[in-house]
Amino acid sequence: MIEGILIGLETAFSIKNLMMVMIGCFAGTIIGMLPGLGPMTAIALMIPITYGFEPSTGLILMAGVYYGAVFGGSTSSILINAPGIPGTVATSFDGYPMAQQGKAGKALAIAAYSSFAGGTIAAIFLLIAAPSLSKVSLAFRSPDYFGLMILGLTAVSAFSAKGHFLKAMMMVVLGLMLASVGQDTLSDIPRFTFQNMNLSDGISFVLVVMATFAMSEALTIIFKANDPTRVAKQISLSQLGSIKLDKEETKKMVTTIPRSSVLGFIIGVLPGAGSTIASFLAYGMERNFVNDEEKQKFGKGSINGLAAPETANNAACSGSFVPLLTLGIPGSGTTAVMLGALLGFGIQPGPRLYQTNPEIFWSVIMSMYIGMVILLILNLPLIPYIARVLATPRTFLIPLILFFSVTGIYLMSFNNFDIYMMIGIAVIATILRLYDFPMPPLILAFVLGGLMEENLRRSLLISDGSWSFLWDRPLTLVIMATIVLIVFWQIYTSFIKKN
Amino acid sequence: MKISPSKIISLLFFIFSGFYLYTAHQIQVFAFDENAAFNAKTFPIYLGYAGLIFSALYVLLPETRPSNVDLTVLDYKKTITLVILMILYGLTILRVGYFLSTSIFLVLSYIILGERKWLWIFLLSFPFVAIFMYLLHGLLNIYLRDPFLQYIGIMG
Repeated sequence: MIEGILIGLETAFSIKNLMMVMIGCFAGTIIGMLPGLGPMTAIALMIPITYGFEPSTGLILMAGVYYGAVFGGSTSSILINAPGIPGTVATSFDGYPMAQQGKAGKALAIAAYSSFAGGTIAAIFLLIAAPSLSKVSLAFRSPDYFGLMILGLTAVSAFSAKGHFLKAMMMVVLGLMLASVGQDTLSDIPRFTFQNMNLSDGISFVLVVMATFAMSEALTIIFKANDPTRVAKQISLSQLGSIKLDKEETKKMVTTIPRSSVLGFIIGVLPGAGSTIASFLAYGMERNFVNDEEKQKFGKGSINGLAAPETANNAACSGSFVPLLTLGIPGSGTTAVMLGALLGFGIQPGPRLYQTNPEIFWSVIMSMYIGMVILLILNLPLIPYIARVLATPRTFLIPLILFFSVTGIYLMSFNNFDIYMMIGIAVIATILRLYDFPMPPLILAFVLGGLMEENLRRSLLISDGSWSFLWDRPLTLVIMATIVLIVFWQIYTSFIKKN
Repeated sequence: MKISPSKIISLLFFIFSGFYLYTAHQIQVFAFDENAAFNAKTFPIYLGYAGLIFSALYVLLPETRPSNVDLTVLDYKKTITLVILMILYGLTILRVGYFLSTSIFLVLSYIILGERKWLWIFLLSFPFVAIFMYLLHGLLNIYLRDPFLQYIGIMG
């Protein structure tokens, strides 16, 4: 492990990779700050830039963007009560009231310190947990992987789209259908290509991500006639106030951070749960832990109420890397985008990544620490200036997002067909978003489609066409039972409880 | 009887799944693979059935959380114009070249969205694209076909 850490440090501390973490954190903060544009959009926009990079450099850049976007989301939550991402909604409960009381600088500092502490503690957990889990996951067989993928898809559908489980499941099926276009991996038989040569290699992952996130996000803003940057134009640098914390405020944070970090990390590891659930649970848990006097301050500018969700959402981000790096199965939409990018680099994450590509495995973990430090030392003093980005008019913002999306696809394929297909998918995604059909399950399904079919193929061939592989092994049985439990819980909460 | 847009979308997805399932059955597999436990059309067939089941359930069951969208406030004009502009951008990017088509696309999109600061419109189009192209072409060695720049002799 020590050797691995040293390899990771060597890779992460190269000038190029340090630059990438800095650029990633900075770009992520700016994009994440803009309401409506979350980490998935930020990472999607970065993918074309990583084409010419080594896999570790590309992943380091994307990890930096991820953290930066989460941090940026907190900034818009605190300053204008418009969370950039769902994971920072809980941050606005106490962050925005603090900003209204003239303590915006203090609130941003608390968010930055909590994010730093939560991310760093969780990265230590990741350092310990990931190699051990990698060894355990070597015992996983095809039926277990197939079960785990269904579990991931069901959990993401259940948690990411509350109350819209069936819509999310339709999106899962649509994602898998899109992934099935192109030649069959084993027999090379063309499927759903309709004799179009452009479809014989399948639909590009970057195209689907760009269309469903970056492009459709931009079209949604125009379609709904939203101007997410309008409120921010009123921000004045003088309104932010001091960023210094006194002894009592620091003491409150010190008690909150450890418990929220543990909770955030555990929630992050679970498939589908992610930073949104982690931040809400941490907020609720903190409210139960504090004394009655502090409890009264919740929702009115409580320091504990701000530090808890901020710590938890960053810890959850680190936690979400555990299933990606050890099992090769992303637990969230954002890590699904990263998995897609890794597959594009020719890297297959999973239990063997630890042995076959230790420089990637360890450098990503090491770059998390570096990313946290950079976020703290670079972003905190620059917050008043970065916050001005919030005032970028949408008249410039939207065309630039569309331009980056089209350029990204053009650079990849150099043909018009992919551009038209991207526009088509983006238009459909915009309509689907309007009626609450969630996109993260679609992306996760699209990324997992090939792997899922491969594992189902192996499982069915081994069991001679019988579906008994789903309950033959205790591990598979437990996974399947969890899936059934999630489905029944959804039916119960949606129909039975309501009636 | 009024049917919600979400149910209409689900109904369309049901039809799409039916078409997908039909096409999946038409996939030609090798003769020796026809009766195998798993072949190229097995997974798509399962997906087709899954699509039919989930969409049928949504259409038939009562909606627990209907999505309320006020269709009157949506900006159809700007959205459709932007989509058409993107299609035209896709059409010209190979024929005219990256530089000119991208710059014109940016200028027109800024104007369509209501921007009237001409200096910024200019700076964030032609010079911006030129710098971006230099980064890609000059520094990252990514080849960008550009008949327009070749015609005027800037690009070799």
